[in-house]
Amino acid sequence: MATSQQTRSNITLRGSTEIVTEFFGFSINNILYQRGIYPPELFKPVNKYGLTLLVASDEGLRRYLSQVLTQISEWLMNRCIQKLVIVIASVTTQQVLERWVFNIEADRSFSDARPAQKPEREIQSEIQAIMRQITSSVSCLPLLREACTFDLLVYTDESCEIPHAWEVSDPKYISNSAEVRLRSFTTKVHKVDACVAYRRTDDDL
Amino acid sequence: METRFIPNRAALDLQQSAYELSEGTASAPNDENTLAGTQQPEAAPGADEPPRARILAFTCRPQPVADIGENRNAVLFQQQRSTIPQNKAIHRRISATPERVLDAPQMTDDYYLNLLDWNQHNILAVALGNAVYLWNATTGDNDKLVELPEGQLITSVSWCPRHKSNIIAVGTSGKDVQLWDADRKMQMRNLRGHEDRVASLAWNGSIVSAGSRDTSIINFDVRLPDPRIATMSGFHQQEVCSLRWSPDGTQLASGGNDNQLFIWDSMQLHQPLHSLMGHQGAVKAMAWCPLQPNLLASGGGSADRTIKIWNTSSAACLNSIDTESQVCSLLWSKYDMELLSSHGFRHNQLCLWSYPSMVKFAELRGHEKRVLHLAMSPDGTTVCSGSPDESLRFWKVFRGANDVAKGAPAEGGEATGRGLQTLQLR
Repeated sequence: MATSQQTRSNITLRGSTEIVTEFFGFSINNILYQRGIYPPELFKPVNKYGLTLLVASDEGLRRYLSQVLTQISEWLMNRCIQKLVIVIASVTTQQVLERWVFNIEADRSFSDARPAQKPEREIQSEIQAIMRQITSSVSCLPLLREACTFDLLVYTDESCEIPHAWEVSDPKYISNSAEVRLRSFTTKVHKVDACVAYRRTDDDL
Repeated sequence: METRFIPNRAALDLQQSAYELSEGTASAPNDENTLAGTQQPEAAPGADEPPRARILAFTCRPQPVADIGENRNAVLFQQQRSTIPQNKAIHRRISATPERVLDAPQMTDDYYLNLLDWNQHNILAVALGNAVYLWNATTGDNDKLVELPEGQLITSVSWCPRHKSNIIAVGTSGKDVQLWDADRKMQMRNLRGHEDRVASLAWNGSIVSAGSRDTSIINFDVRLPDPRIATMSGFHQQEVCSLRWSPDGTQLASGGNDNQLFIWDSMQLHQPLHSLMGHQGAVKAMAWCPLQPNLLASGGGSADRTIKIWNTSSAACLNSIDTESQVCSLLWSKYDMELLSSHGFRHNQLCLWSYPSMVKFAELRGHEKRVLHLAMSPDGTTVCSGSPDESLRFWKVFRGANDVAKGAPAEGGEATGRGLQTLQLR
């Protein structure tokens, strides 16, 4: 019993990468569901982090996400990823309406020889708090009245090679934006903090 | 691969520069969305220089969904939004003069009666003395539907809210509840059971609840051969002058001349779910909020003069404000968190309140006697007020569905601002 507790609080680089990748997967799905980018019929509920989260069941979307996440996990292992950005834009006007930014800071001095110490439960509860914030954000973000699409942008170090089927993108900033900062979590190897920026509507001014 | 010579390319942040040039806004150095890079643990010397980053996107994108229809968050968002006072709603122009005035001769001057109702087909029913008149607001035609024998009075009218029918329940001083088909102008039924005049009526599907001066409330199911399905007696001590079913049809609010306000659960009518204590006068003005469940506004008579807001699931009184005048009738806006109240002595005015702040932001005067009745047009924009000064006045006070969708303030018509107070909420 004591040994299993001990191993669970030891975090290796691979373990941390898995936690962060999994977190990104659920966050993206949750944002797509909560913001109504895809119709709710395409989602299935799963239990994760002590919450009921919705995960896309659409084949094309799943394939896309898993390919992106596989690449992201490789970058996390190499510690050359800086940011993951979910951009929500109008289908008709291509105008960017929302930008969900996850900043990633990796501990470069970390090595598996000296694993980080942090109880898994503590990390889970930090992630749970972010998920709750994403879910509750619906009530404060402006309603997306038009059909929207999303894109994932990854900020990597310049030294990093561009993998196959990836392209260099512009940052897709929002002009006239307001920002809500969300909570953060850390595995002691990777620290992730989140925020969402949205386009101000005229009546907020 | 690059053959051109560009000096010190690493020191240039082209994306950042392009963004700042095109948008023309100076960005704060640590703003997430205006800076391309994040802090790296091993940043190059010169900390104010943003670290280099490459922005990548995966090209095999999934097909966007063509049409997702109405965003299902719309309801949630609208509700949340409407509870926040918006500048637009506050600054919209509300006409201080009525759009139209109709004569209403011989309107009974009795605080406890309910003599005005407006239905989904835009037909306004008004009881004048011993007759019920229908006024078609679309065409302007009017017609007499019911005439009682001399000496009797109409004491209440209420349209059946079912969309396809023009069925109206009429309460009389002769202890009856008469059911009339307004299209064919014939009486369908006579619902009996009360021992005194029927001053209040409220529909819930095919059930009509009738409150009487004999202190009882009877529920009639108009489909049944023996329509009387429930009797609630022994709770009110005096005349039941107000009945309102909640929009979801699960709760009935009843107000009486005994200052009592009861909430009844439609499934358990043998005793009230809650007794809402606090009014010092007759509870005749009542309205359920159509936007927020379990929110009831009630107003007291001349001894009380307050509007109280209740949560009917917990029986908590959320707010109480002194209006300095008898509260005769209340109406909520269909689309905004706004409440309209009508009053008696001394100004016989209508007041428009913003909820939840309960700040009064408009006052409409014109009636010469107390404004006993209010009815809302089917589109929710216009309110008809009835008073024993023998007039019906039509006021355009609320925003309609179109105004809300466009986010535009409701236009108050041409004559605006006279005697109108506009207060700022924040």
